[in-house]
Amino acid sequence: MRQFLLFLLVILSGFTFIGRLFYLQIYKGGSNNLYEDNAIRKVWDYPKRGFVYDRNGQLLVGNQPSYDVMVIPREVGEFNVDEFCELLKISRETYDKKLDRARSYSPRLASPFVPQLSKEDYAVLQEKMRKFEGFYIQKRPLRKYETTIGANVLGDIGEVNNRDIQKDPYYQMGDLKGKQGIEASYEETLRGVKGIKFIQKDRFNRDIGPYKDGKFDTIPEQGKDITITIDANLQAYGELLMENKRGGVIAIEPSTGEILAMVAAPTYDPNILVGRDRSKNFTKLYNDSIAKPLFNRSLQGVYEPGSPFKLMNALIALQEDVITPDEKITCYAGYKYGNRFMKCHCYIGRRNDMTTGIQESCNAYFATVYRRILDKNGNASEGIDSWSQHAQSFGLGNFLNNDLYVGQKGRIPNRDYYKFIYPRTFYSTYTISNAIGQGEVATTPIQLANMAAAIANRGYFYTPHVIKNIEGETLPDNFTKPKYTTIEKQHFEPVIEGMHNVYKNGTAKWLQVKDIDICGKTGTVENFAIIDSVKTQLTDHSIFVAFAPKENPKIAIAVFVENGYWGSRFAGKVASLMIEKHIKGYITRKDMEEWLLKHSLEEEYAKPYSGEPFNINGKTQLQIVEDQEYYRLKQKLNKLNAARE
Amino acid sequence: MVRETNRYFKFDWITIILFLLLVGFGWLNILSASHVGSDINYFDLSQPFGKQLAFIFLTLILIVLLLAIDAKFYERFSSLIYMVSMLSLVGLFLFGKNVNGATSWYAIGSFTLQPSEFAKTATALAVAKYISDLNTDIKNFKDQIRTFAIIIIPALLVLLQNDTGSTVVYAGFFFVLYREGLPKTYLTIGVLVILLSILALKFGALLTVTATTLVLVLLRFLSKKKLSILKSIFIIAISAALSFGVQFFYKSILKPHQQDRISLWLRLEKDPEKLEEMKRTFAYNLNESEKAISSGGLTGRGFLEGTRTTGKFVPEQHTDYIFSTVGEEWGFLGSALVVILFVLLLIRILHLAELQKSQFSRVYGYGVASIIFMHFLINIGMVMGLIPTIGIPLPMFSYGGSGLWAFTILLFIFIKLDSNRINEW
Repeated sequence: MRQFLLFLLVILSGFTFIGRLFYLQIYKGGSNNLYEDNAIRKVWDYPKRGFVYDRNGQLLVGNQPSYDVMVIPREVGEFNVDEFCELLKISRETYDKKLDRARSYSPRLASPFVPQLSKEDYAVLQEKMRKFEGFYIQKRPLRKYETTIGANVLGDIGEVNNRDIQKDPYYQMGDLKGKQGIEASYEETLRGVKGIKFIQKDRFNRDIGPYKDGKFDTIPEQGKDITITIDANLQAYGELLMENKRGGVIAIEPSTGEILAMVAAPTYDPNILVGRDRSKNFTKLYNDSIAKPLFNRSLQGVYEPGSPFKLMNALIALQEDVITPDEKITCYAGYKYGNRFMKCHCYIGRRNDMTTGIQESCNAYFATVYRRILDKNGNASEGIDSWSQHAQSFGLGNFLNNDLYVGQKGRIPNRDYYKFIYPRTFYSTYTISNAIGQGEVATTPIQLANMAAAIANRGYFYTPHVIKNIEGETLPDNFTKPKYTTIEKQHFEPVIEGMHNVYKNGTAKWLQVKDIDICGKTGTVENFAIIDSVKTQLTDHSIFVAFAPKENPKIAIAVFVENGYWGSRFAGKVASLMIEKHIKGYITRKDMEEWLLKHSLEEEYAKPYSGEPFNINGKTQLQIVEDQEYYRLKQKLNKLNAARE
Repeated sequence: MVRETNRYFKFDWITIILFLLLVGFGWLNILSASHVGSDINYFDLSQPFGKQLAFIFLTLILIVLLLAIDAKFYERFSSLIYMVSMLSLVGLFLFGKNVNGATSWYAIGSFTLQPSEFAKTATALAVAKYISDLNTDIKNFKDQIRTFAIIIIPALLVLLQNDTGSTVVYAGFFFVLYREGLPKTYLTIGVLVILLSILALKFGALLTVTATTLVLVLLRFLSKKKLSILKSIFIIAISAALSFGVQFFYKSILKPHQQDRISLWLRLEKDPEKLEEMKRTFAYNLNESEKAISSGGLTGRGFLEGTRTTGKFVPEQHTDYIFSTVGEEWGFLGSALVVILFVLLLIRILHLAELQKSQFSRVYGYGVASIIFMHFLINIGMVMGLIPTIGIPLPMFSYGGSGLWAFTILLFIFIKLDSNRINEW
């Protein structure tokens, strides 16, 4: 027995050691990942983020360098913390708090500690950085806006969050990524690919030299410059006209689908989301739940389209052959169906054909037309399906599949939709409101602008998009191939004639612009809000859809002005001015311009939140802006005009 | 047998090959741990790897010499060798050179010699000689005391020179004595003392005494052989004395750095902030060495590819912490291989020792196995954090001429003795 004691101990210690090795190397360790190796310093090299130009080659967004102090909590060594805090201009408590936060994210990976140093702080800190083991300075490009407009188009870049990192491991804490607008939709094009250098450290945190002579290092790939379809001047002009209003303006070039301007009001200066105040300003914008400046109304605002939708019904009726352009329908100052009545502005007994029906926006005419479409085969369910398909072929009721970061489907109902509401029987009269663009139909401004473009093109459209050119790339087919609607070409002429008449002697008679043949359609949409759990009617939305010129159209536009009352009051004016600005480059209707600058709807928007009863529509008075505000807007306008010359 | 017919094959080649494998693999790791840059001149004598290469060449000559000397020489002169060796240890107090707090070196020009490495061999020879003497009976108390004295003298001398690591190695001679018939009581007492000490440090003296009492009460009910009450009380008293004694020893006699090492090992410190601080300060080596080993994974980063080794993250990596280089660069497979090579070597030596016809050879063989085993156990255990930090080299592996030669002499005397066993009566 005595021989075996040492023998057994030798065997036992052998097994123990191998077990311990297994625990250390296989179970616990084993990561040969250079990125997690704290003997290797990783130096990230961030490439230039792509520049953004407008359609006329004007630089809108460039770059400026930014310096972040980064920390790898696990590697934080012993040093004079007070000295470090003093250099960073933070308190000891802040230091501890920030370090805890970084550690709770990951002790092994870098997180930003103090982002965006000032140039002076950077200069001082850079020399002393080696003393503060575990910390380093990371240079990365930050956006520099060369303009104050287009915040909703251009978007912004911001620090990635945990979700971004999980979704795409390319990103690390502290990286910047497009958050909204084209920065988000063209993130990968603009950002390029960051490079990395691996540097062997020694235990005193000193660099010894490149790891493996730089075998694993990568060179950064520059971000690509892009040109967008936006005309900065037109965009600026639109934003100016929409000051003190809420809504959206979207202008499209019908022959290409390029978005010329995309205004969301209210908006903000994109510069406020750059630099150290970014998070403060963003929070402010984000928390404004009343004006919602981050809500892109031209893309996300889902409204009932109102009268412009009558154009759609006219086109469907012609295609379905349930009416001819010349057939006259009598209006009784409204339309009676069953024991209900839909009012109309026409005088009793007026007989409208299609052209005058559109010109006068006759409710009775379109109610009749709508019912004929649905009842064509004696089955309203079948009728509504074919009606829905026609409307959807214009891009309504669905995502446009474009390159904009946000969007809404809107709603074009069909049989299935109504089956839920009317499970047993379904008659065309149940949905008669759709005839005049109210009821269940809902669209976004960009969808209506696209509809206008399809009408202007007499039957087809290009998916509206904001990208014009990417350095060294061709645009995808989706943006360069036309999409055809289900309406044949010949059916467009009577409708366009009607839209032309709207300007000649219809609801937009006062909005004419010299030498430009504009085709348009006004809209006035009732809307409601829930105030203290009571459904309360607010002043109507002012809506306008137009394109110009009538032949070879250059611009199609949709304008929504929330609570602007009737269509030509606000929206029509904005549309006419935008058209003139785009086609002529200068404004002859200075009176309209003046009127829009002078009038504000802010009081109207304040009403639902005032807690007091209020009047709407005809019983309201228009608010005139104060002199100071008027002077400010006027100056902006002068600057804009000066920039053109 | 082949060994009888051919004089070259009478040596145990298995042991020699295991030895050469360990020395060769050790040198590769010293190269990794000590080279700078990618241009390596293997014979650069200003660098540890170059020096070690020279030491290895000299070792080969030494081996030839050791094997050429008549086997009887070692037995005959063992007492003299022991005396000279003890004198060299004493001489250190007068002429010794202090390195890292231990006065363990003679400096002759730029060349240093560490006599304590050779003293282990001398002690093994002396113990073998004494026990194998026909007049010695290890069961006899007087003889036990004399044997202990042979071992304790060098152990005390190196302890006084602040070389705790070498002192602990002498504890390994217990295995030799036990094999030769030291009463079992020593084993029982030894195991109990170690167990009680750890318990007392980890859970406190009171809890240890309570536990002892409980065990005794249980034994009373379960065991047929009843301990008398008086004896039980005596055992409890002893355990109490021991527990408080250990605590007193830990708190008042051990130096702060030794306390810290033990406290880290037994996880006595609960405050996470203090633990972090420990990791940065005195446990830095251990922490870095564990990290280096961990980062090796299954197959390791490859020879000369270890980033922690290249970055010199582990201090003393080419000497005491050489095993962490193996861990990082050769991974689990390489490290486990080294462990297996050591285990095979030790088993081979023990096997050969049991085969010896002369008691001197057998006792000496056990001495060789015990000394190498203690080094293996403490060094690798320490580098992987299983044993409190004790500075001690890994035989054949760690950088250092004295160490390499001392182990060569230790082992090859035994190989020579073994080769001679057929001629013996």
